[in-house]
Amino acid sequence: MKSRDLMELASRNLREALLRNSLTTIGIAVGVASLVAMLSLGIGLQRLAMTQLQGTGLFNRVYVTPRPPRNEFGDRGGRGGRLGGGRGGREQAPAAGIPGPEDLKPLTVETRSQLAALAHVKEVFPELRFQVDVRNGNIGHVTAAASFPQSARATGIFDSMEGSFFSSNDATEAILHTDLAQQIAEENKIDVKNLIGQELTLRYPQRKDVPTAANQTPTEIAANGEFGYGFTIVPAERKVKVVGIVTGEQAGPGGLGGVRVMLPLGFVEQMQTVQGTDVRSVVTSPGQQTYSSLTMLIEDPKFVPAVEDSVKQLGLGAFSLFDAAHRLQQFFAVLDTFLGLFGSLALAVASLGIINTLVMAILERRREIGVLKALGAADRDVRQLFFAEAGVMGLLGGMLGVFLGWSIGRIINWGTNVYLAQQNVPPQKLWSVPLWLVGAAIAFSILVSLAAGLYPAARAAKLDPVQALRYE
Amino acid sequence: MTESPQPALRTNEVARHYSMGQTTIRAVDGVSLEIARGEFVAMLGSSGSGKSTLLNLLAGLDRPTTGAIFAHGRNLAEMSGDELARHRSRTVGMVFQSFNLMPRMTLEENVELPLRLAEVDRGERGGRVREALEHVGLGQRLAHHPPELSGGEQQRAALARALVNRPTILLADEPTGNLDSKTGEEIMSFIRQFNREMGMTVVLVTHEPHLAEKYAGRRIYLKDGKLSTNGDAQ
Repeated sequence: MKSRDLMELASRNLREALLRNSLTTIGIAVGVASLVAMLSLGIGLQRLAMTQLQGTGLFNRVYVTPRPPRNEFGDRGGRGGRLGGGRGGREQAPAAGIPGPEDLKPLTVETRSQLAALAHVKEVFPELRFQVDVRNGNIGHVTAAASFPQSARATGIFDSMEGSFFSSNDATEAILHTDLAQQIAEENKIDVKNLIGQELTLRYPQRKDVPTAANQTPTEIAANGEFGYGFTIVPAERKVKVVGIVTGEQAGPGGLGGVRVMLPLGFVEQMQTVQGTDVRSVVTSPGQQTYSSLTMLIEDPKFVPAVEDSVKQLGLGAFSLFDAAHRLQQFFAVLDTFLGLFGSLALAVASLGIINTLVMAILERRREIGVLKALGAADRDVRQLFFAEAGVMGLLGGMLGVFLGWSIGRIINWGTNVYLAQQNVPPQKLWSVPLWLVGAAIAFSILVSLAAGLYPAARAAKLDPVQALRYE
Repeated sequence: MTESPQPALRTNEVARHYSMGQTTIRAVDGVSLEIARGEFVAMLGSSGSGKSTLLNLLAGLDRPTTGAIFAHGRNLAEMSGDELARHRSRTVGMVFQSFNLMPRMTLEENVELPLRLAEVDRGERGGRVREALEHVGLGQRLAHHPPELSGGEQQRAALARALVNRPTILLADEPTGNLDSKTGEEIMSFIRQFNREMGMTVVLVTHEPHLAEKYAGRRIYLKDGKLSTNGDAQ
């Protein structure tokens, strides 16, 4: 039989037992709906997690340390650990925590520009942290301050900020954490919001280089009996204008981590604050300013592994969350599989419904099948007819199910957002039904239905026409 | 066999046995017969004599246990399932005692069914369906459903359906069994008309000797699955 005739006869047969076939089709639709609902939840959560994490800018960053992480850290360092593990050896293990001279490659200003010259690198910046005494009149608050590049604006830390971001990289401006801002506002008996635009004094330890004769190594200096190289620490003061107040706390690299005063990077560099590495660099790289770590901003997350490798070739340690992102995706793949399996259960039950309906149809249509065969139908025609009926139910059930699943998603999404709104959390799109899911769900539904039709179709095809036509 | 090259139907020691538990039922038991093209043969016998089984074997609805059945020279016993289906579709047309029309299809759709199965072009179908139904005097009832019609009209529709694929052989299994004698005669005259005007070979299974006598050119008697001389069958 030609497929058009097949489809016509199949849909005619389906219409003849309308209630039963509709119920079976609705059964499939419920199965598909549960599958779509489960998967779209998984996909929606994945998208949400990925966009939120990507919004923090963590995935397009490479963190550079003076040397590669050593063996003890194992693979915890992600990609960085691999290299360290390769050259670490068991016999070196006891000394591994302390860098040997050959290991030390300080992060100098020169290294910084070297890194900035690598391909696909947008920006290289240090995170300068230091203790600061925030003076407001006579009252001081000792707290942590850190530098932020202009690109930090997009990382999500400043999303919930009141006021505005730094007007420029060198601006003498500060953004305060709300904890500190509230204390200062209370002392001044003003509203926190009114703190924006006020001026504060920062008192901090400044590094002052002690002039030395050029090109002298520490040994030479010692031999000459001179100790005139290095730096000294002096208290310094700068005035800054408060431009913004942030709430919330974001842990991890690039997060706040206890920092209460945020300053523009260029301004902090001018401040010549004392860094923890300064003490070490007195010995290792005399006369040079070094950084404890540098952060590289990469054009696109996909270049991260390549940049990481180039950094390691320079003999530096590199670390990124690329692996973490990768693992997150793997986690969601597993989650989606489980959700899909649970969703498929309902479809499996629905497929039993198809088998049941079609087997019933064979019993009911025994005579009809006999007549068809007498009129010239081959076994194949009968089989295809039942197959087509199963397929049409699968198609209709699939389409209805996708619509149903989509609607359920919309409703739950709406409900969740009503709840989130009550909790003062911005609305989220938890549900995502991509086009491929629509196609795949319908195709899967047809496939399952056809599989369910296998047995009834074979049974109908094998029906003996002589038996079927025997006069009752 | 010099005068006609191939008989329409020929059986050679054909047998159809069923096993029912331990016992074997010999429904058809070694029948050899020949039916020439254009012949009108009536098969008579009491119920259980094997006449319907033999008809089903000739139709290709059933396969013989042993022996051969030739339709226009081709052995049905050696055909594949698809070839047998083709035989049922193109070579033979069947009518039954209980009409066997699809009750939810209109007459037009019922008669179209063999054309669908034979994969006849859509454009051609309408004309052929109408022609067949007009032939049996149902040209005005295309859109009616079988339950709306009388028994005689239903059997006429079944005749149209058997006719629509232009088969060369018509196999009728007690076509008048469910009809009153007047309507039965009417159906029989249609069958005779097909036989005479279209040259269709007709095999009629019946247990009404007077119909066989009146319409058939030859009578075959079956008893216990075997051919018998005419007196014994009564």
